[in-house]
Amino acid sequence: MAEVTGIKEIIKPENLVYKRTSVMTDETLHYCPGCGHGTVHRILAEIIDEEGLQSETIGITPVGCSVFLYHYLDIDSQEAAHGRAPALATAIKRLMPEKFVFTYQGDGDLAAIGTSETIHACNRGENFLIIFINNGIYGMTGGQMAPTTLPGMKSSTSPFGRDVKTMGNPLKMTDIVATLPGTYYVTRQSVHTPANVRKTKKAIRKAVQYQKLNKGTCFVEVVSNCPSNWKMTPVQANKWMEENMFPFYPLGDLKDPEKQSTEQK
Amino acid sequence: MAKIRGSIVVNIDKCKGCEVCMVSCPTGTIAMAREVNHKGYYYAYPAHPDLCIGCASCAIVCPDGVITVYKTKL
Repeated sequence: MAEVTGIKEIIKPENLVYKRTSVMTDETLHYCPGCGHGTVHRILAEIIDEEGLQSETIGITPVGCSVFLYHYLDIDSQEAAHGRAPALATAIKRLMPEKFVFTYQGDGDLAAIGTSETIHACNRGENFLIIFINNGIYGMTGGQMAPTTLPGMKSSTSPFGRDVKTMGNPLKMTDIVATLPGTYYVTRQSVHTPANVRKTKKAIRKAVQYQKLNKGTCFVEVVSNCPSNWKMTPVQANKWMEENMFPFYPLGDLKDPEKQSTEQK
Repeated sequence: MAKIRGSIVVNIDKCKGCEVCMVSCPTGTIAMAREVNHKGYYYAYPAHPDLCIGCASCAIVCPDGVITVYKTKL
């Protein structure tokens, strides 16, 4: 392993602050430079490691860029048909209620072909975690327009920008599932800055705790970037995301049982 | 007040040169190398190692998890 180091005297095992978790395999991620998927994989792996759930976790991987999730996380996982991850997770969680089950889906998977599975699983209040990565575009297939593409946003199938008259309005899946009685914790986060990564990690950790208590579906949306298909550098893409995605997809908890209980008091 | 000094180790084989760590670093420790790794990416490296405070912001935000952070009080 080739590496570059800072001051060598400080590099001792007792001074270690942060290292890549052992739940992640040594394989190099296939994602484009700056893609948020890698960060979400890593924080998920860290939570699985810290909660001691490595042998208890079953992950459902989607179709999309994150299809190779099972190469990168050293856990049991199952590949689902396109969009059908919540249906599969329902079956796995009902057969093995003691396991920690999560699905990891992109916007093309969850918000387009898997809309009905997602909505019905959330409405039934199935006890698993859905992680939804929203970058407003179909990343793997070459940047086509997704249901979550912003109005006026350019993609390979909307080269002049999404025209709401002919192509419809973007779908806010997280807002929809937050209205359903089956969901327990619904939040929207992002992973482009260290502070946001910490908040997302906290949100996923909360969702893991709620699943242990059999509370219902937890839904964590992560607004992410797609530098390759947005045709920007990763740093520009993060800035563009802040300026354009966040006004439409505002970050924060949409349904937080802790806040609701304090408001009622 | 004890001075905090940090140090980072970057696995340059896996670094994809996205520069997200460079803009996240509060002290400007990290810069992009002028050389490329075996995949052709300009990798991140601690250009000013004396400035590092071991806050781990770079490691937390790195999409590929290539940065290891050490910290000590002098």
